[in-house]
Amino acid sequence: MFSLERWEEIFETIRKNLLRTILTGISVASGIFILVILLGVGEGMQNGIENQFQNDAANRISVWTGRTSVEYKGLNPGRRIQLKNDDYSFTEKKFADELEYKSALYRIWGSLVSYKKESGSYRVEGVLPDYQFLEGEDMIKGRYLNYNDHQKYSKVAVIGKKVALDLFKNKEDAIGKLIEITGINFKVVGVYSDPGGEREEARVFIPLSTSQRVFNAGNNLQGLAFTLPKQDNFEEALAISTNFTEKLKDQLKRSHTVAPSDESAISINNSLENAKRIYDMMNMIKLFFWGVGIATILAGVIGVSNIMLIIVKERTKEIGIRKALGAQPFSIVTMVLHESIFVTTIAGFLGLLGGLILLEFVGPMVQIEFLRNPTVNFNVAITTLIILVLAGAIAGFFPAWRAARIKPIIALRDE
Amino acid sequence: MIEIKDLHKSYQTGATSLHVLKGINFNVKEGELVSIMGSSGSGKSTLLNILGMLDEADAGSYTLDNVPIKNLNEKIAAQYRNKFLGFIFQSFNLIGYKSALDNVGMPLYYQGMKRKERVERSMAYLEKVGLADWASHLPNELSGGQKQRVAIARALASDPKVLLADEPTGALDTKTSYEVMDLIQGINDEGKTILVVTHEEDIAHMTKRIVNLKDGVIIDDSFVNQVRAKANV
Repeated sequence: MFSLERWEEIFETIRKNLLRTILTGISVASGIFILVILLGVGEGMQNGIENQFQNDAANRISVWTGRTSVEYKGLNPGRRIQLKNDDYSFTEKKFADELEYKSALYRIWGSLVSYKKESGSYRVEGVLPDYQFLEGEDMIKGRYLNYNDHQKYSKVAVIGKKVALDLFKNKEDAIGKLIEITGINFKVVGVYSDPGGEREEARVFIPLSTSQRVFNAGNNLQGLAFTLPKQDNFEEALAISTNFTEKLKDQLKRSHTVAPSDESAISINNSLENAKRIYDMMNMIKLFFWGVGIATILAGVIGVSNIMLIIVKERTKEIGIRKALGAQPFSIVTMVLHESIFVTTIAGFLGLLGGLILLEFVGPMVQIEFLRNPTVNFNVAITTLIILVLAGAIAGFFPAWRAARIKPIIALRDE
Repeated sequence: MIEIKDLHKSYQTGATSLHVLKGINFNVKEGELVSIMGSSGSGKSTLLNILGMLDEADAGSYTLDNVPIKNLNEKIAAQYRNKFLGFIFQSFNLIGYKSALDNVGMPLYYQGMKRKERVERSMAYLEKVGLADWASHLPNELSGGQKQRVAIARALASDPKVLLADEPTGALDTKTSYEVMDLIQGINDEGKTILVVTHEEDIAHMTKRIVNLKDGVIIDDSFVNQVRAKANV
């Protein structure tokens, strides 16, 4: 099959039918090209979506409360559940070994913040030092809130990049300046940026203790946020995190006398579970792209098959002559198959190369939302190559079978 | 060399059956040069196809060089054709995109002969038919007579037991026909058994024996005085 003779024959036939071979090749090459681009875009979409979810720590677990919906132990439904400082400190102590970052949260949704003549309405959140990591924030200038601020009820604030841009015109340095939050002066100690963009950067953080005092909240909290240490394996991380969520929910329900079946009183959002949904969706999208790509290749393969059939038809007489001279049916089959595999592989390889080159050079430039840095990895490239050879074999099989069945007596009959 | 006993062949065309060969009995000894004559529809081509193992008889026996030819599958038929037979066709049937040399080497290729040896042998046969200088030419660069001589060289290349020529001069003018017949006579003189199907009297008389077919039966089988083609060129 791999003898020099056979190759010579193939090159001879291809040289003779150059245009036809090139046209056939283009259909295969474009099929592979499209598959590679699709897979690249799929990868890019995954990168993009992952990037979108980098806003908050990917393994963040958030707790907030609402009203009870189920009557329990003689208590009426509709009771409002209020988280207290005790809920936080108890949880923190109880799960100390399991937690990575933790913070309680008291927030005012729209609060007037002003500096000199500039002012705006922003979300003001009282938080603990760990909250920086729970939100995934980077400091541009200054520092984040620390434990000392919390202990001393300091009137200090960390503002988002957007807030700094709005309040401090003419590129004035915000650090050390006094801003008013609902009429009370706070000193700006830091400016942060957030991968979530403007919306997430239009916030002001102050120490939790200060916020409770300033807004007359007493010991009330509006939410808790935790992360668990990272695991190597996604499934494992998900299992641990789900398990923790259940325990936490249980504990909070017990301490607030909430029915175990009550879903509305205490809500816990686990971003890993969301992430799983995203990954599942990604897999579906990838699967879809594979499907479309394979279908495209199939169209190319049918094209090759068609052309090979025509070639066989055209070469009927030649095949008849070969058989009369002693060609075995098997040698005719391999002749056609070999040519078909050769054409599809070379053409497909060019398409693969084209797709890879395009992704290599254009890919890094693509930074659209939900589509980032589309690439194709080595394994996918190898898989496509295997698909190619298979495709060539399938494309050649029927024509080859037909060629092998040509009867020399019919092929040689003079018209 | 060839023994045929009570050979029958019919073709199905739709509902009607056409009985083409109706009991042919016919022997050819080694070194004979036989022509099979007959008008079109007499069954001569069918007979040749059966002799060439391109077709199989419905009934009767065919023995070639003491090998019974029957129940052939495609694989064995291809093997026997390659080993026992050389074909010469009216329309030459050379492969258009291969040089004269490669065309001659084709049967040897299917014998699995190495390229070097194959080229040597092909060249020797091209020399024998006087076309050594044309070895690298494609068939469409050759005249009809030259093409037929390449075809003859190809038929000889595998050193077969029998040459089967189906109207070898049918597409050639008289002068070229005689040149080709001269070549065929020369090959026969060297001891090769040759069967020629023709409907031309003068060509038939250049063989040593004429078998006349009509409506699927042999009506005449007689030895003739061979006319040497050379004398007529």
